Amino acid sequence: MFVQSVFNKCGVFLDNQEAVSAESVVKSFGQGPAAVRALDDVSLTIRKGEFFTLLGPSGCGKTTLLRLIAGFEMPTSGTILLDGQDVTDLPPNHRPVNTVFQSYALFPHLSVRENIGFALKMLGRPNAEVEARTAAMLSLVKLDALADRATAQLSGGQQQRVALARALAPQPKVLLLDEPLSALDLKLRKEMQVELKRLQKETGITFVFVTHDQEEALTMSDRIGVMSSGKLQQVASPREIYTAPVNRFVADFIGETNFLPATSAPGGARLGSGAIVAAEGEGTVLTIRPEQVQVVGPDAPGTIPGTVENLVYFGTDMHVHLRLGDGATLVARMLLPPGGEAGLSTADTVGVTFTPGAARLIRE
Amino acid sequence: MAERSFSVARLPGFSTIALGVFVCLYLPIVTLVVYSFNGGPSIAVWQGVSLHWYSEAWGNQAVKDATIRSLIIALCASAIATTLATLAALGTTRRAGFKGQTVIYVMINQPLMVPEIVTAVALLIFFASIKVATGYQGLGYLIAAHSAFCIPFAYLPIRARLEGMDTVLETAAADLYATPWQTFRHVTLPLLAPGIAAGAMLAFVISLDDVVITEFVKSGGQDTLPTYMLGQLRRAITPEVNAISSVLLGLTVALLTVFFLLTKRRN
Repeated sequence: MFVQSVFNKCGVFLDNQEAVSAESVVKSFGQGPAAVRALDDVSLTIRKGEFFTLLGPSGCGKTTLLRLIAGFEMPTSGTILLDGQDVTDLPPNHRPVNTVFQSYALFPHLSVRENIGFALKMLGRPNAEVEARTAAMLSLVKLDALADRATAQLSGGQQQRVALARALAPQPKVLLLDEPLSALDLKLRKEMQVELKRLQKETGITFVFVTHDQEEALTMSDRIGVMSSGKLQQVASPREIYTAPVNRFVADFIGETNFLPATSAPGGARLGSGAIVAAEGEGTVLTIRPEQVQVVGPDAPGTIPGTVENLVYFGTDMHVHLRLGDGATLVARMLLPPGGEAGLSTADTVGVTFTPGAARLIRE
Repeated sequence: MAERSFSVARLPGFSTIALGVFVCLYLPIVTLVVYSFNGGPSIAVWQGVSLHWYSEAWGNQAVKDATIRSLIIALCASAIATTLATLAALGTTRRAGFKGQTVIYVMINQPLMVPEIVTAVALLIFFASIKVATGYQGLGYLIAAHSAFCIPFAYLPIRARLEGMDTVLETAAADLYATPWQTFRHVTLPLLAPGIAAGAMLAFVISLDDVVITEFVKSGGQDTLPTYMLGQLRRAITPEVNAISSVLLGLTVALLTVFFLLTKRRN
C-alpha cells in the first residue's frame, strides 16, 4: 500500500492511462432461480480524459454499471479499478468519482452555493478553499447571479447546472452522468449537450455518460459502449459504431438500417435472389444503411432488380421502400432535387446498387 | 347535470347536518370556556363576567404542583418517545426490507391498538412489584409509562416524513464524500426536522392529556393536572375546573397549530 502510494505520487512508474477499468463484472439481483443478471461478465476500460458513453435501451444494465463504478452497488463478482486502484470494496464516499443524477438530487434545504460546496465541506477543506472553488464552479456553469437561491426556485436547466457544478467541485477523477438530460425539453437538451462537451474539454475530467438516446451518444462521445441484456455488445468510436456495427443489435439500435438474409460468398455476400454484392465482415445478415442504397434504371448493369412498393416523402429526402426478387424488402433514402420530384412511382421496376464499401455482413 | 362531477355538498340536507355536527362538537367546549369566566360558584348558573376562577386556580398550590408535574412528565416522555421513535422510523425505512418487518411495525404501534385500560392495569401490577423490590416511588414510573404510549404518536409523523424523502439525496451525499454520520447530520436530520418536531409535539399533547394510565400508575401525591381535575369532580365542582380546562385547551390548540404549520411547510 505504501509502496503503491509512493509510486502514484511519482506518477512515473504507474502512469496509468486507464481512468476506469471493469474486469469480468457480474451483478445479479435477487437470489436462486429468480435472480436477474443485470450485468453479465462485463469487462471495459475507459481511458483518461475521454468522453465515454454507455448506450442502450432501458434495462440493458448501463445504469447498474454506472452505480457499480460509483459504489452505490457492489458487484456479485468481478473487480472495478479507478485510476489503477482496486475500489471494488470501497463505499461511495471513499471513491474519487462524483455523479450527476438523473433527478439531479439537489439538497432542498441548502442554497445553490451550499450545494456546490457540500463535497469540499464534507472533506473538511478550509473555508477559504471551499469558497474559492464554489465561486469558480459558479462561474464555470454561469450561475453566479443565482448563488444564494434555494434550488427549488430554479428552472430544470439551472438545476442541471447546479448538479454539474456540485459534482465537478471536488475535481473527481471521473464524472458519472446518469441520463442527465432526459428531463429537459428538446431545445434545452441540445444546449446542454454543447455545454457538457465544453465542460469536459475545459476540465479535462473523464466523463462516463449514460443514455438511451443514440443521437446524443453519436454527437457527444469520444467512444461509445453499446449495451444490451447486461452485456457489452461493442465498444468503439461513434463513426465505427455507425459504419461497422458488429452485430444485428448494434446496427439496429444505432440509426436506421436494412437487414437482408445473406451468406458468405467469394468477393462478398450472396443475397437470397442469388445476386452477389461486395461486403466486408462475416455472418448471415447483410446490413446496409438507407442512405447508401441507390435506385437506378432497371437495365443498368450489375444492379439487383427490384420493384418500388411505397414512397414516403420527408421534405429533404424520400424513403423508397423496395422489394427484391427473393421477396426481401429494403429502404433507400434519396436526396431530392430542388423540385422535390424523385421521378419514381409505385410498382416501377428498378435496379438497386449499394455504395461500394458500405454493405457489411454481420452476425445475427 | 351529467357533465358536472358528483358533489356531496349538493345532497339535500347537507348543510343542515354539517351545521348540526359542528354545534354538537363545539357547543360543550364553548360552554366550558364561557363558564370559566362566571362570577358565581356554579358551573350552570351565570352570575356575571369575572376572572375570579382563573386567579383562584392560579393561587391554588395543588393546581400549581399538578401543572408542574404534568409538564415535567410530558417534556421527559415526549423527549424519550421522540428519540426512540426517530430511531425506529430510521430502522424501518432506511434499510432493505427484512423478515418480520410487519410484526415490528405492529409492535411499535401496539399502544394504539391495545385498550388503554388493559395497559393501565398491566403497568399497575408490573410497577407495583418493582416498587416493592426497589422502594423507588418517584415520577420515573409515570415518565416510563407515558414514554411508552407516546412512541406511536411520535413514530407515525416521523415515518411519514422519511417515506416521503427520496433516498437518492442520501446516496448523493455519500457520493459527495459524506460519511454515514455526516450524511445523517447534514442531509437526513435537517430534512427530517419538521417531522421530528411534529412527532414531539403530538407526543407532548398526548402525554399532557392522559388520565387513565396516569390514574393507575401514579403513587400518592403524584396528581397530574388531568387526574387532579378528575379528583375535583368527585367533590364540589366549581368553575375553577373550567378555567384550568380552558388554559389547557388554549395550550393544546396552540401546539397543534404549530404542528400543522410544521407539517404543511415544504410539502
